[in-house]
Amino acid sequence: MTTRKEWPLWEVFIRSRDGLHHKHAGSLHAPDAELAIQNARDLYTRRSEGVSIWVVPSARITASEPADKDSLFDPAASKVYRHPTFYTIPEEVTNI
Amino acid sequence: MAEVEKPELVTAVDEAALEATFQARVDAETRVEPRDWMPEKYRKFMVRQISQHAHSEYVGMLPEGNWITRAPTLRRKAALLAKIQDEAGHAAYLYSAAETLGTSRDQMLEDLHSGKAKYSSIFNYPTLTWADIGTIGWLVDGAAIVNQVALCRTSYGPYARAMVRICKEESFHQRQGFEIITTLAHGAPEQKAMAQDALNRWWWPALMMFGPHDADSPNSEIAFKWKVKRQSNDDLRQRFVDMTIPQADYLGLTVPDPDLKWNGETGHYDFGPIDWDEFWRVVKGDGLCNRDRLDARRSAHEDGAWVREAALAHAEKKRAAKSAA
Repeated sequence: MTTRKEWPLWEVFIRSRDGLHHKHAGSLHAPDAELAIQNARDLYTRRSEGVSIWVVPSARITASEPADKDSLFDPAASKVYRHPTFYTIPEEVTNI
Repeated sequence: MAEVEKPELVTAVDEAALEATFQARVDAETRVEPRDWMPEKYRKFMVRQISQHAHSEYVGMLPEGNWITRAPTLRRKAALLAKIQDEAGHAAYLYSAAETLGTSRDQMLEDLHSGKAKYSSIFNYPTLTWADIGTIGWLVDGAAIVNQVALCRTSYGPYARAMVRICKEESFHQRQGFEIITTLAHGAPEQKAMAQDALNRWWWPALMMFGPHDADSPNSEIAFKWKVKRQSNDDLRQRFVDMTIPQADYLGLTVPDPDLKWNGETGHYDFGPIDWDEFWRVVKGDGLCNRDRLDARRSAHEDGAWVREAALAHAEKKRAAKSAA
């Protein structure tokens, strides 16, 4: 077994064109942020998939617990009044 | 991906309940994501399958790399380089997907280099002529696409996402191969003979890429239950044969199978028996190129070690200088 240290893991986010959000593309290993961007260019934009790249050390991401899914997200399920279709508007009224 | 977590210790009762919940989610076509609870066996199964798949992409660069410097034109060379770069990329997507299950990149490479982990046997065959490069694109990538399209809906989210990306890129590989073979098959008699010779050597190994017959495939049952797999080895192999024979007909080439014939009743081509002894021989390490491939991978890894170490040391130095400033 090798005792060498692995390059850290980075998460890569790509903006596919201006006007859109950066979106998670995947991850890669790189020794630092600069090379992470270079590697992301080679790995995730070989076919003009992006105009901007974010890289974030994977270890710095805090994620919600799958076990908390219910307590976090269930409350929204019963709040149908947050959607426009909840409200009744007379048929003869338009543009609303 | 960051979302790697050691499975928690649970009691046997909890375990059974968790497993039932897991299976219900899989049955409901909900994708399994890295931090979700999953049976330890599922985790191991996925690590094994995804890392083997990654190793195949990784080793798959070698047979083609053999022809980069001898590609007949600049157009062919640029395409071949791009294809091989894609294979490296595909390996990287898949290694990342496997890492979300808690295994490390180093561990996977260690297992490849020690011979513990397998990769697709097809890459243990040599590329003797330029026609082999065309045939690999046409048949090997063609077979890989059939397998991989089926995996785009596999139950493990990161694996399925990697597959979608790979499938998008893979179709250029097959077309560049078919273009090479079309040129040869419609060229001089010597060129056509070269294309036929390559087809003779690659046809059966390509059919073996789909794995053993369903009856001899011990992992299939659990793979279906977990929706890792959705179509059987034999079904996918049949689909590949049905797709490929008309293409061979177009080229005026003949697949090396005297038993091959159209079956009007089933609507499929019947084909002859596969030499499974050869398959297992190559799997177990006695193919024509097994030793060469592993030696090449090991030395690339070892010879590149100083670069990886220097890059880390440089990053560390820059960090230290920045925090001192």
